[in-house]
Amino acid sequence: MSFEKALPGGQAWFRALRRSPSPWLRGLFALVAALVLAVGVAACGDDDDDDGGDDTGGDESALIESNPDNEAVELTIGSKNFDEQFILGEIYAQALEAAGYSVNTELNLGSEVIAKRALEEGEVDAYPEYTSTTLTSLYEVAPEDVPGDATAAYEMANAELQTDGLTAFPPTPFTSANAVGLLTETADELGVETISDLEGVSQDLTLYGTTECRQRIDCLLGLEANYGLEFKGFRPVDPELRYEVLDNGDADLSILFTTDGQLYTDPGTYAILEDDQQLLPAGNVIVTASQEAVDEAGEDFGATIEKVQENLTLEVMQELNARVSLDREDPADVAADYLKASGYIQ
Amino acid sequence: MSVELPVAFLGAFGDAFEFIFNQSESPLGGTEVGGLQQVGELTWDHIKVSAAALAAGLAVALPLGLYLGHRGRGELFAVAAGNAGRAIPELVLIALMVAFIGTGFLNVTIALAILAVPPVLTNTFVGVSQVDRTAVEAARGMGMSERQIALRVELPLAAPTIMTGVRTGAVNVVATATIAPLGGVLTLGDFILSPNVYGDAGVLAGAILVALLAVAVELGLAGVQWLVTPTGLKLQRASAETA
Repeated sequence: MSFEKALPGGQAWFRALRRSPSPWLRGLFALVAALVLAVGVAACGDDDDDDGGDDTGGDESALIESNPDNEAVELTIGSKNFDEQFILGEIYAQALEAAGYSVNTELNLGSEVIAKRALEEGEVDAYPEYTSTTLTSLYEVAPEDVPGDATAAYEMANAELQTDGLTAFPPTPFTSANAVGLLTETADELGVETISDLEGVSQDLTLYGTTECRQRIDCLLGLEANYGLEFKGFRPVDPELRYEVLDNGDADLSILFTTDGQLYTDPGTYAILEDDQQLLPAGNVIVTASQEAVDEAGEDFGATIEKVQENLTLEVMQELNARVSLDREDPADVAADYLKASGYIQ
Repeated sequence: MSVELPVAFLGAFGDAFEFIFNQSESPLGGTEVGGLQQVGELTWDHIKVSAAALAAGLAVALPLGLYLGHRGRGELFAVAAGNAGRAIPELVLIALMVAFIGTGFLNVTIALAILAVPPVLTNTFVGVSQVDRTAVEAARGMGMSERQIALRVELPLAAPTIMTGVRTGAVNVVATATIAPLGGVLTLGDFILSPNVYGDAGVLAGAILVALLAVAVELGLAGVQWLVTPTGLKLQRASAETA
């Protein structure tokens, strides 16, 4: 549950307080929030009756059938170390278990470099990765050379992965990308819709991003070099706080992810600037596995993965992220809800 | 500027030292990372925010500890505050500060200062309240005001104990300033928090640099502790040891 929901009488004044320009009011908010949390945690269990991932409903043919032949196959599903990855890892792991495999999970592997190493050393058999990350981070493809088309990007990534004895399954419907975000209010004030529109105003704007952003070509470096923008300043911030800094006025611009839960729960509050020079590569998720595991696991492995990701649209992914990142639900429960609501499991 | 180092045989540590002394291309490409200049800049940033936080922590904890210790009251408060302070996870503190007050130098300084307060407060209180009562009575008998007693008698005699607290606080602050980049302030922690940009060598280099800085601060303050210990106390201790 979230403490905003635990408060009686709606959330509007509560959010207004949280975003107040006065540090005193925000301080008051902190105090109230701490109290409510303390009471709330003690008083209520998980009483949120959100229904699962989406409304497509359970259709009979979607159900994953357990194949007894798979029982002898042991699979370890990994993931990187942030909420969206935990959810995806759980979705694939639970689906594979439903298909009859003996599944272990190793969620929380760190960065893609570590995840790939774990894959190559056989510590995990598969984990979800983004095509753009595979290409730019693991195989040093320049961001502008990453294909915009999901299938083309997948084929390019898969070709690279196979040189390392790895293989990837086809991509998810949703696309995830880093994006330059800001409050809709600010965007309207400045009259900006694309990143290029920032020219001439960016020198008065402070940009926030992850610590790595400062020296990444697909982040601050590229915004400066490719777009020719100069900012008033760049500040690193904890990825969890990228929206907070916009809300409290510290940041004018913040590097967001297009799948962030906040974009689902607060529609219209935040605006994303169009990346008109394709600097921030977009990527769909591809489950990346070791060829050895794929050969051993048989065809149910790939078939199950492709099946359960069919309903993972951008909106669904945002909603799942919101439930974990904002409402602090357990990724395993959220993943199970998604699988049930889609009719993949009962 | 390039320095040739015979460190290849050190493996990962060799790479880390190589990273500290020589600039190289980031594993992600697009920029040069490491080298003495960048290391120097981030070390200086690290020292600045740590020093400010320690100073702020001392400004709060020293007078408070001195006052409570002198009055011989508030033991529960001084000790409980000290213990509670130690239990606060710093990452949460920085996250809360950022969420509700904002990011930047001032906020990170405050968050880190909160970490320096407990050991200094507790040690000042304990140090002052354990000053030899006969010395305090003698001072009172000589007509010193309470304020003079606190500042000229109790503070110097408690100095070694207080400095022990300051050393603990300083090391806490220097070590924890590693996560300051999560709150908008660059420090040596940037090497550790941006593994894809700096590579494994950079991460290890960051850890080594923070550790070296913490040790340097600890040794430096041990020196200060020796300097501020009144000669009388040193002699007393020396005779106690030989006796």
